[in-house]
Amino acid sequence: MAEEHATMIPQLLAEHEQTLLRDWMESQKKSGALRGGQVSEAELADNSRRLLAGLRGGAATEQFEDITTPVWDQRRTVLEEISRSRATLGLTPAETATFVFSLKEPLFALLREKVGKDPDRLAHEIWVATSLLDKLGLYTVEAFQKTREDIIARQQQELLELSTPVVRLWEGVLALPLIGTLDSARTQIVMESLLEEIVTSGAEIAIIDITGVPTVDTLVAQHLIKTVAAARLMGADCIISGIRPQIAQTIVHLGLELGVVSKATMADAFALALRRLGKAVVDRAPTPQEL
Amino acid sequence: MAEIPVLKIGDCLLVSIQVDMHDRLALELQDDLTNRIVTERARGVMIDISALEIVDSFIGRMLNNIAAMSRVLDAVTVVVGMRPAVAITLVELGLSLTGVRTALNVDKGLALIRKAIDDPGSALGRREA
Repeated sequence: MAEEHATMIPQLLAEHEQTLLRDWMESQKKSGALRGGQVSEAELADNSRRLLAGLRGGAATEQFEDITTPVWDQRRTVLEEISRSRATLGLTPAETATFVFSLKEPLFALLREKVGKDPDRLAHEIWVATSLLDKLGLYTVEAFQKTREDIIARQQQELLELSTPVVRLWEGVLALPLIGTLDSARTQIVMESLLEEIVTSGAEIAIIDITGVPTVDTLVAQHLIKTVAAARLMGADCIISGIRPQIAQTIVHLGLELGVVSKATMADAFALALRRLGKAVVDRAPTPQEL
Repeated sequence: MAEIPVLKIGDCLLVSIQVDMHDRLALELQDDLTNRIVTERARGVMIDISALEIVDSFIGRMLNNIAAMSRVLDAVTVVVGMRPAVAITLVELGLSLTGVRTALNVDKGLALIRKAIDDPGSALGRREA
């Protein structure tokens, strides 16, 4: 193979940018890249122009081997932006990658026109161009995937935060309404937030409400028992409430022993908590101001 | 070598662990404490571990042992001031110290000891429903 640097691609890109862009747009439009109006022509032209400009700038550095080097940073950013904007338009990663790959057709045509007389040279130039464009195309797929993963991770975090509040019901009484399945990660967060709240509020009783927990299997029960044990080590008693009839049956069928006082409803649990604290709720007629 | 002081308050003994516990120190404390319960005729023992950042299985078992020994000597043991991180670690280690009474702080611990002494019927100081 000829020497690495003996390529005329940077020069070609610089000299024939407008021609390339025009040809590229033509071929893209022909191959249906506009998706029947889903992508506007102006947007496609803008993306194409930016990618080509980036490519020209990157190619000028003559470092084709590795697009992760700092000189390609700016181009990678352009690709990421294009990938993101196309993803929000509902385009598949394959379509975004095809967008980059489709530059091969006009570029190869141009190369053939310039060095078509010399097969060795042509083969070498095409190899350099194709390996570079492949890398860039695959990078858009990576960027697309990363965007997706970021979204998923953020949603998971939000879900965790949403579903583990610790509520103060009364002086010395905390409530922990659990929503959703208890897995190890959730248990860890629930435990931590409960224990922190026990320290700050000085609570002696914590009510763990499992109305929102869809199923209780041995693993969930194990996690509940751990939470209760940890709270007890901090000097707080737990009451488990919100046990639905079905869950009561499951617990007995599985032979689970929660080893803690349990109540059917949060109201019952709260009443018990107040009794333990020596408080009483009494009936009395409301004054006019309270109505 | 540092020694952990055992303070007498009324008929209670207060042990505040301020240094990192190593195994030898733990055994000495166990020894010292049982002696003091007998000589002072103490009814309650309070162990404050609020300064402890690390509690391993050995220390966990020692706390359990001290509680069991004091029970034999008719004294109530309360462990107070456990940090959340320590509580989680102990639970993960499978040491939930079921034989030990616990309280959030010294204040609540003293109240718990008073209650347990006044009402020996409550098996572990845990109130039943």
